[in-house]
Amino acid sequence: MLATVIIVFREVLEAALVVSIVLAATRGVFRRGLWVGGGVLGGLLGATVIAWSAESIAAAASGVGQEIFNASVLFVAVIMLGWHNVWMSQHGRELASNLKSVGAAVRGGASPMHVLAAVVGMAVLREGSELVLFLYGVAASASGNTSGMLTGAIVGLGAGAAVGAALYLGLLRIPSRSLFTVTGWMILLLAAGMAAQGAAFLVQADILPALGENVWDTTALISDEGVLGRVLHALMGYTARPYGIQLLFYAVTLGGILALMKIVNGTRHADAAAASRAAVQPSR
Amino acid sequence: MKRVLASVCLTLVALGAGYSAADAVAADNVFTVTIKDHRFEPSQIDVPAGKKLRLLVKNLDPTPEEFESHDLKREKIIAGNGQATIIIGPLKPGTYKFVGEYHESSAQGQLVAK
Repeated sequence: MLATVIIVFREVLEAALVVSIVLAATRGVFRRGLWVGGGVLGGLLGATVIAWSAESIAAAASGVGQEIFNASVLFVAVIMLGWHNVWMSQHGRELASNLKSVGAAVRGGASPMHVLAAVVGMAVLREGSELVLFLYGVAASASGNTSGMLTGAIVGLGAGAAVGAALYLGLLRIPSRSLFTVTGWMILLLAAGMAAQGAAFLVQADILPALGENVWDTTALISDEGVLGRVLHALMGYTARPYGIQLLFYAVTLGGILALMKIVNGTRHADAAAASRAAVQPSR
Repeated sequence: MKRVLASVCLTLVALGAGYSAADAVAADNVFTVTIKDHRFEPSQIDVPAGKKLRLLVKNLDPTPEEFESHDLKREKIIAGNGQATIIIGPLKPGTYKFVGEYHESSAQGQLVAK
């Protein structure tokens, strides 16, 4: 039963952390519960389909379909997280200072709410499909102690969700004027970590070169296996023994999104300055 | 946005196609291991060091298994009564442990590169 708790906890943890960051990042957004809930539900449905077709996915692309699929899901999530951050660098200030005025933009579909819902869906999809397969295996093996396994699955699910809830409640303690700055950085790290993870899948598939098997080894310090290692992996892509190409993907994603945010923010400031000059002259 | 997504997908497909065309692993570097009753058979696989290999994992159990190896940095799900290919190497000489994550107590094995 303990083994089941641990496996389910591992799979749930990553998705739970993504959901909690997205929930914090969308605080005050109209109907976000509906969007995020929809993302989770869609992800679960997708996970079942993926689990069901695991065999044919694995057989695709000369046997590396699973790796390509995982990498694709991750890269799409990276693009969506990046898009969210760029959008926020344009509208975040209004969102923080006046939630209601942005409510209209969100309702009008201008906000990337659906984008973040999709990110949630993808996190659930990827982790959930492994969970569905595992639990199916438990249910299918007649020999096992099924009720013990079921209890284990529920405990593992609860523990994973609890860590996510703890992160969310912690984030809510941040004053709202700096909340979006914090969640923005977290989403940035999330995106970079996912890009690095996607690169690792493509190395496994022999599509990308490793550019160095183990650039460093910090297993003794923080192991990939421990809870801390897993939390850091989910939050910012921590790996005890990274490939060189993972570092490259990490840096390019981080730098790319930051640059886009800066460019968009810069044009907004220029517009705002021009607008305020225009507004000042007739009134005085 | 849709255009970006489409081009990402196309790139990945192109990468995949390029990969299968330039399949670099020679046929004699394919090693097979089976899973039966949540155990690997053989539990020790001797492989040449310094070469790219393919490990064909056949799961004869009706339940799925996840092949996992921290030493090799590989993680892959193998469906019940299914099989999967894992590309490995080139390896330095040494012992590389692997497990079936879903039945870690019994499903253990190692790859020995010489």
